[in-house]
Amino acid sequence: MAIRRGRGVAAINYPTGMNLGGDPTQALVHSTPTGNFMVTLSSVDLGQGMKQIMAQICAETIGVPTDRVVVDTADTDTGPHCMGTFASRGTHRAGNAVIQAAREARQVMLEVAAEELEVNASDLETDGQGKILVKGAPQKSISIFDVALSAHFKRGRSISGRGMFLIPRSYPEKETGAMKPSTCYAHACTVAEVEVDDETGEVTVLTVKNVFEIGRALNPKMVEQQLVGGSWMGISHALYETTEPYYPNRDHGGTDFNQYLMPGPGDLAETEIIVLERPSADGPYGAKGPGEMCANPQIPAVANAVFDAVGVRIDTLPITPERILRALKAQAAN
Amino acid sequence: MELRKNYFADVRKDDLHEIGQPRPRSDSPGHVTGKTAFFADRTFPGMLHLKMVRSPHHHARIRSIDTSEAEKHPGVVKILTAKDVPHNVYTILILIQVGPEDETVLADGKVRWKGEAVVAVLAETERAAQEAAAKVKVDYEVLPAVFDMEEALKPGAPLVNEYHGQNYYLYDSGECRKVRFGDVEAGFAGADHVLEQSYQSSPIEHAPTETTGCVVTPEGNDRFTCYTNTQAMFFTLDNTSIILQMPGSKLHFVGGTVGGGFGGKVDVIVEPIAILGAKLTGRPVCFIYSREEEMQISSPRAAEKVVIKDGVMKDGRIVARKVTGYTDAGAYSRHSPYGAQKGAGHYPGPYTIPNVWIDTYCVYTNRTPSSAMRGFGVTIGDFALEVQMDKLARLIGMDPLEFRFINAYRDGDMKAHRQPTEGAALIECMQEASRAANWPVAEKYLAMSSYVKGA
Repeated sequence: MAIRRGRGVAAINYPTGMNLGGDPTQALVHSTPTGNFMVTLSSVDLGQGMKQIMAQICAETIGVPTDRVVVDTADTDTGPHCMGTFASRGTHRAGNAVIQAAREARQVMLEVAAEELEVNASDLETDGQGKILVKGAPQKSISIFDVALSAHFKRGRSISGRGMFLIPRSYPEKETGAMKPSTCYAHACTVAEVEVDDETGEVTVLTVKNVFEIGRALNPKMVEQQLVGGSWMGISHALYETTEPYYPNRDHGGTDFNQYLMPGPGDLAETEIIVLERPSADGPYGAKGPGEMCANPQIPAVANAVFDAVGVRIDTLPITPERILRALKAQAAN
Repeated sequence: MELRKNYFADVRKDDLHEIGQPRPRSDSPGHVTGKTAFFADRTFPGMLHLKMVRSPHHHARIRSIDTSEAEKHPGVVKILTAKDVPHNVYTILILIQVGPEDETVLADGKVRWKGEAVVAVLAETERAAQEAAAKVKVDYEVLPAVFDMEEALKPGAPLVNEYHGQNYYLYDSGECRKVRFGDVEAGFAGADHVLEQSYQSSPIEHAPTETTGCVVTPEGNDRFTCYTNTQAMFFTLDNTSIILQMPGSKLHFVGGTVGGGFGGKVDVIVEPIAILGAKLTGRPVCFIYSREEEMQISSPRAAEKVVIKDGVMKDGRIVARKVTGYTDAGAYSRHSPYGAQKGAGHYPGPYTIPNVWIDTYCVYTNRTPSSAMRGFGVTIGDFALEVQMDKLARLIGMDPLEFRFINAYRDGDMKAHRQPTEGAALIECMQEASRAANWPVAEKYLAMSSYVKGA
C-alpha cells in the first residue's frame, strides 16, 4: 500500500456563444451633458464582471478613460434586448454591440468637436485621457467635457449610438449534420499531477497547469479570476460532485454544503494559468468566450493522471475513492 | 497568471489603452463591503411568501388535491393549483421555435419526477406558507418510473412525458441529431486498432452562492415589477408573458446583479408563479429557493453517457471516430434538446478525422429535469474524448501529448460538420503546456503551427 503519483494531460476547444447562433444582443450608448458615457444594456452580470468589461470596451472605442463610463444594465424598461448571459456569450455578443454603439456615438462626438475647432472630423483623434486633438497639431484640442456641453446646449446634437450583434442562425442539415455551430473557439491544454492513496482511494490533486487561448485578455485580472475559478470547478467536478450519490436510488442527495461534497480551500491544487491570445476575427478586440471552457480540461486531465498513478480507468464521474478502490480490487483479482 | 505574448504576436496589435489593462472592477468594493443590493435585499410592506407543495413520488397520477385544511391555516392568503395558471403547459425554448410544450407550471393530473411543483401556497410568513403546504392533501396513484436512459429507450418502458409520446426528443433529423462525414465503417476496416469505450457522468449542482428567486410587486399602473436573479432578462420576461397570457408591456424585470449562475438561472421557474401570485392577491410576493431546493429541485447538469469507437493507425493517426451521446433530460426538455444538439456540433473534438459518425440523443427519464450548466453539451463529451485519447495513445505505445499533436486541427482543416477550421490554437496551447509542465515532446511538434497545414 502506497501513495502513488501520476500525471495526465487533456486538450480541448470550446465554441463561443449560443450553439448555431441566432442569439442577439443590443446596446445603447449616450453621453451626459458633461461628457460621461452611459452604456445601456439588458445583459446580466453573474458576478464575473460583465459591467466592468463593457465599460472598458466602451471607453476604448470612444477614446476616454474607463472611469468616464457607467454601465446601466438588466432593466427591461430601459435596456435593449440581450438573449442572456450563458453559452460563453456575454463578452463576445454584448461587447460587439457596445463597440458598434460606441463607434456611432464617437462619430457624433468628433463631428461636434470638429465644428468647435473648425476642422474636419476625420482630422481628429482622441488621446484616451479625455481630450480630442487635431492629428499632427496636438496643441489644437478640446476636452470631451466641452464637446458634450456644446452638443447639449449649443449644437443640439445627441452624442449617442445604437449597436447590435447577431450571428445568423444556422439550421443543421438533417442527414449530414452540416451546420455552423459557432464562429470562434477558445482552446486549452491542461496537465494535472495527482497523488492516489491505493489503500483509501483518495486522490490529492497536487498541481494543475492550464494553458488557455482566449482571443484577447480584455482585463487580465478578471480573466485570471475566471480561469482560476473554472479550474477549481473542474477539479470539483472530476473528483467530488454528484446530486445522486446512491444512484439509481435517488434518496440521500445533498441538501446543503455540509452534505454536497465539494473541495475546500485545503483540497485545491497549486494552480498555474498561462494565457495565449489569438484574436478572433469577429470578437470584440479579438476576445473569445472562455467562461465555460476553463472548467473542462481539468476533468479528463485528472482522470488520466489517476490512471497514470494506479493503472485503473475510472470512466464514470465523479472519480470517487470508492470507485478507485473497486477498480483496484478488480484489477488485483485479474 | 502569465500572458504569453510571443504566441500569435504577428496577428495581434498590442496598442490599446483601456483593453488589456487590469482595471479594478467597479462593483468589487460593493461586493466585499456588503453594500451591493441583490434582489432579496428588497422588501415591501405586506409581502407574501410562496412555498411549493412538491411531489413525493417519481411518477404518479394525481387522483385529487384537497387544500381545505391548508386554506384554514393562519396566515394563508391564497393557494394556487394548475387551473389558476393561464397557460400552464409550456417549454422555455419555444421562443426559438424548439417545442413541443411539455412541462406544467403546476402539475395537472400527473407528476413525472420527485420534487415536481403541485400546489403553490402564499402566506404572510415563510413559516406559515411552509406549515400550510404540509397540510395540502394530494392523493397519488404511483406509476412505474424509469431512471436509466437505456431502460427508457427500450420498448415497453414507462412513458415519461406524454407531450413527446416517446422517451426521446424528436429532432427534424429523427430520434437523434446526426453528423455524417466520410465513411466511418471503411475507416474502422482499414485501421490498425479499433477501440470502443463507454463513459458516464452524474448530475451535479451549480452551487451558486445566491439561490434562485425573485421578489414581485404590483405597481399602481397595473404593471408588475419583478426583481430577479435570472441570467436572461427578456428570455424570462417573454416566457412569463406566454405562461401568464399577459402582454409583455405589463411586465418590468429588474436584475443584473447575481450571486453566481453557472446556467442554473435560465429555466424561468420562479418568476411566472410569483407574478401570478402578486396578480391574484394584489400584494408583493417573494419566491426564493431554499438551499435544499437549489440542490435537489433546481435543474442539475444532465447525467450523460458517451460511447466512443475509434479507428487508429500505428503511426498515431485517428482514421475513424463514431460517437453516440445520450443526455438525460429528466422528465422535461428545458434546455436539454439544445445541449444534446450542441454535442453533435462539438464532436469529434478539436481533431481532424476523415471519417466521422455522430448521433446525439436527448432522453426522458423520471429523474430531476436537467438543464443548462456551464459547458453543457461539451463538458462531459470532453471528459470522454480526452480519456479516450489517453487510452488510444497508450494502445499504440505513443506519448499522449505527441499523439494529440498528430491529430490536432489546424486552420483550413474541414470539420465533420463541414465548416473549415479558422483561428485554431490547440497546437500552441499544447506547445506551451509541454514547456510549462516540463513534459518533453519531439522537436517536430514544437515546430508545428496552427496556421498552415503541413508546416
